[in-house]
Amino acid sequence: MINIDSIENGIVIDHIQAKKSLEIYEALNLGELDCPVAMITNARSKKMGKKDIIKIAQNIDLDLNILGYIDPNITINIIKNDKRVDKYHVELPKEIVNIAECKNPRCITSIEHELDQVFILTDKENKTYRCKYCEAKVVKN
Amino acid sequence: MRNLIDIKDLSVTEIEELIKVAEDIMQNPDKYSEKCKHKKLATLFFEPSTRTRLSFEAAMMELGGNVIGFSSADSSSTSKGESVSDTIRTVGCYSDIIAMRHPKEGAPLVASTKTTVPIINAGDGGHNHPTQTLTDLLTIYCEKKRLNNLTIGLCGDLKFGRTVHSLITAMSRYENIKFVFISPEELKIPTYVKVNSNIDYIETKDIEEYIDKLDILYMTRVQKERFFNEEDYLRLKDYYILDKEKLEKAKKDLCIMHPLPRVNEISTEVDDDPRACYFKQVAYGKYIRMALLLKLLDIK
Ligand SMILES: [Zn+2]
Repeated sequence: MINIDSIENGIVIDHIQAKKSLEIYEALNLGELDCPVAMITNARSKKMGKKDIIKIAQNIDLDLNILGYIDPNITINIIKNDKRVDKYHVELPKEIVNIAECKNPRCITSIEHELDQVFILTDKENKTYRCKYCEAKVVKN
Repeated sequence: MRNLIDIKDLSVTEIEELIKVAEDIMQNPDKYSEKCKHKKLATLFFEPSTRTRLSFEAAMMELGGNVIGFSSADSSSTSKGESVSDTIRTVGCYSDIIAMRHPKEGAPLVASTKTTVPIINAGDGGHNHPTQTLTDLLTIYCEKKRLNNLTIGLCGDLKFGRTVHSLITAMSRYENIKFVFISPEELKIPTYVKVNSNIDYIETKDIEEYIDKLDILYMTRVQKERFFNEEDYLRLKDYYILDKEKLEKAKKDLCIMHPLPRVNEISTEVDDDPRACYFKQVAYGKYIRMALLLKLLDIK
């Protein structure tokens, strides 16, 4: 495996489904940070075969809803002074706001643009989110 | 509950209470004639629907209340580009309760977050139309004296017909309800409606096949605007025409319903049949809306 410097203080987002790290990088606006950010794709994983990892050399506030929505199997490690001080899992959020957009042309959000784009988890098993207003299913890219 | 946006907003108990009040209004109309004195209902119809609007307005007037509003988007400020949110914030200052119809799905839900005045969804595009469903439930209850142990035939456009979908959702909450879905292949009921409601059903293309088993026969209109080509519409619009002959094997106490307007899916020769309930259904619609206005205005 390629060696990427371990971080002294910051966050390691681990167990990302392979090839999904770029989507997360963009959704969390990691490009706007000043600190180093490393993205590793196709790392070997016993559990998953291949996985992606993102390392952020700074403790930032993460939007767990975005992470949970993109990939609910992610684990988050908080690193302080070279040590992992916290580890937690994300889960599918019950509601997502302004992450996805309703594609239904008959939806009120198509004409009233100041409305938040709100989707509600209606089926956990199938990870189905539906528009709060028109109940159309979210179309994932 | 302060709003009625979706029929699922109402519990079985709340529906029962509304039906009780509606029955009481039918029996003692005088008792209710001044219940809404000095109250104003705003009917905001961003899309015309004379039938539904008149039903709401008649309901409010029979309760002694007043009505303000508009009947199409051209006569409202929407034509000047005003948002639903702003229209509702404004009208909320003039009225005690609002019934609104809008071509965009979810518009009444948005409205309910912009005012403290109760909002009734009087139809949002092809999405919800809860007072039609309440009307259907009151009709079934009054004609059959029960909402359980019924075999309900639904005939016509079962694919796009929202009244059919919400009636299925509403009826699936009662005991021992069987559905017979009667439609041409192209207008079959969507799978998600069957799966979500966890219902007991059979499907057929032949209106006469199970007609002798039905307690309710709910006819629907095939809507032209749902089709991309004229040819398909013309072929399907007269697929079912209910007439005296088809009713020969039906039960003596069958209840024939239709959300109206009808085109020609029910022959006019059926109108005089005692089993034809679709005009009574219109009257029931007014009474259940009266009960709803009282409930949302918190008037006992
Ligand atoms: Zn929508």
